[in-house]
Amino acid sequence: MPIITYRQALNDTLGEELKRDPNVLLMGEEIGVFQGSYRITEGLLQEYGPKRVVDTPIAEEGFVGVAIGAAMLGLRPVVEIMTINFILVAIDQVVNHASKIHYMFGGQVRVPLVIRTPSGGTGQLGATHSQSFENWFAYCPGLKVVAPATPYDAKGLLRAAIRDDDPVMFIESLALYDTKGDVPEDDDFVVPIGVAEVKRTGTDVTVISYSRMTAVAMQVAQRMANEGISVEVVDLRSLRPLDRPTIIASVKKTNRAVVIAEDWYSYGVTAEIAATIQEEAFDYLDAPVQRVAGIETPLPYAKDLSAASKPSAHSLIYAIRKVME
Amino acid sequence: MVKEANVVYPSLVDEDANELRHYYYQMLLLRRFEERTGEMYVKAKIGGYCHLNLGEEATIVGLMAALKAEDYIFTNYRDHGYVLARGTPPGPIMAELFGKETGVSGGRGGSMHLFDAERHFMGGYAIVGGQVPLAVGAAYALRYQEKSGVVVAQMGDATTNIGAFYESLNLAKLWKCPVLFFIVNNGYGMGTSVAMGSSEPDLWKKGASFRIHGEQIDGTDVLAVRDACRRLRDYAEREADPVILDMVSFRFRGHSVIDSDRYRNPEFVRKGRQEHDPVRNFATLLHEHAIIDDAWLKATADQVEQEIQQAIDFANASSDPKIEDLYQFMYATEVANTPGPEDALAAVKINRGEV
Repeated sequence: MPIITYRQALNDTLGEELKRDPNVLLMGEEIGVFQGSYRITEGLLQEYGPKRVVDTPIAEEGFVGVAIGAAMLGLRPVVEIMTINFILVAIDQVVNHASKIHYMFGGQVRVPLVIRTPSGGTGQLGATHSQSFENWFAYCPGLKVVAPATPYDAKGLLRAAIRDDDPVMFIESLALYDTKGDVPEDDDFVVPIGVAEVKRTGTDVTVISYSRMTAVAMQVAQRMANEGISVEVVDLRSLRPLDRPTIIASVKKTNRAVVIAEDWYSYGVTAEIAATIQEEAFDYLDAPVQRVAGIETPLPYAKDLSAASKPSAHSLIYAIRKVME
Repeated sequence: MVKEANVVYPSLVDEDANELRHYYYQMLLLRRFEERTGEMYVKAKIGGYCHLNLGEEATIVGLMAALKAEDYIFTNYRDHGYVLARGTPPGPIMAELFGKETGVSGGRGGSMHLFDAERHFMGGYAIVGGQVPLAVGAAYALRYQEKSGVVVAQMGDATTNIGAFYESLNLAKLWKCPVLFFIVNNGYGMGTSVAMGSSEPDLWKKGASFRIHGEQIDGTDVLAVRDACRRLRDYAEREADPVILDMVSFRFRGHSVIDSDRYRNPEFVRKGRQEHDPVRNFATLLHEHAIIDDAWLKATADQVEQEIQQAIDFANASSDPKIEDLYQFMYATEVANTPGPEDALAAVKINRGEV
């Protein structure tokens, strides 16, 4: 399998899907002439033209709504939101409209829409450009929310999302764009939505994570192996639907669990996972579930403060040691 | 109100008499459907919020007379009349209001969320302004797929104060989308008058900075509405250009069934209902032109009563949606790890105290 970056996996998939289905179109700010704020759509305007790769004005509520309406008539828009922070001005369209239309109208119309957006923060982006809101959307029935951690999953899940007839939030991460991994060339390979993956098997403790924190968890698992602690890593891949059986099966095997996510601690993804584990695997636990998540402040700009506010390999190792005590 | 209200059309001779009678029939059907709906609400057959189209019959029937089958309609939550005038039978509409499985949205939507895919009625939407970008998107899709037709974005007057409206105007013009921004201007957004809420109370002017043409139309005159809608619909389709229609009408009752309308002067309301009743005024007009007579009016009224009674009977006789179908429409594409019929039954048993 060729080794490519996460960015390349996304770019390839968008191009292939544009080629495969004339109803697929890309919409977003700076995705065409500018070639994408993070170069995910590089070269696609040149190859597929302005009908298929649509530069939008800065009007997220407007163009997300337009994408939903177009999807209702059979187009398959793939919208890029520059960062997840900006989707808040379009959240009415996503939560009150995209997620409800199929159900509320008795299944008469479908909304085959993908919204791609990077979440989380690195590099001193400050309070308004570093947030993780995927849990807001995962909270909402009617949406599907995926958050791939590897180039392989990025490709397989983006393809699945574009071919899916429901609105899918596709959560990316700035820090993952340059990571590399194996990606098959097979045109029909997809990663199913709603299915987690055990990315590394282990026997002592289960670490549950997604997106960038899965990359952190994989590094930490390797390091812990050197210390004689066998870590199993469950990569959620999808936040809604949530693959509870895979989480529970792993925890029942290892009897210990650490959940790590980049979002704020209270009411975050880690809370949902921890609650699931205590509901369905309480009797199997040898220690309380540990949660690792973001410090609860608006993310400060200053370098040290900023770095200290986000979960890291250090905080994950601390939690693993604690759960192993 | 528009000054030219109640203008007598000298050209009625050029009109197809049967068509005129049909407009009257449709307007009466809407009027009586809504009045009976109000009764059903009071009888607790209908729950939730319920907004009636009383006073807006000419606006709705005139619009529908101008639209073609290939056109699409998105409305706000005051949607009963639009579906009815578009041709959906009254039974499934009433059944939806009753929350029945036979309702137009399978009992999942209710009064504010009617839908009829077959007739291109693309939904009633209950978040003010939410439907407007969707309508632009539908028009965008028509253009993308090189299909004919236009899309109606119906909204109330107060919707012209929300951001989604302005973003939609900009995008529709920028992307050459054939959209009729159809403002039902009954003078009030709930209890807030147009003058209180809008720095530009001439709503048809609100497209000016987007280079969108707008017109004010007497929404109580079915022929004026039809003619304006035909002309502007054809313009929008031909030129792939959005337009604004500011349809001025009079809201007969409070904002919703449960609104006692205390903020409007009773004399103002009484006079408005007296002078701007589109159904009665049209009957008078047709009568004066000898297109209808008392016997026809009586027969039509009887027919309408019967149809609506049948709709109520249909709704009453219909079944509630099945508990095991609670999750039925969650996703269009099947996906792992989602609950099914058994989960629904189990959850509902607990919620009902049956376990």
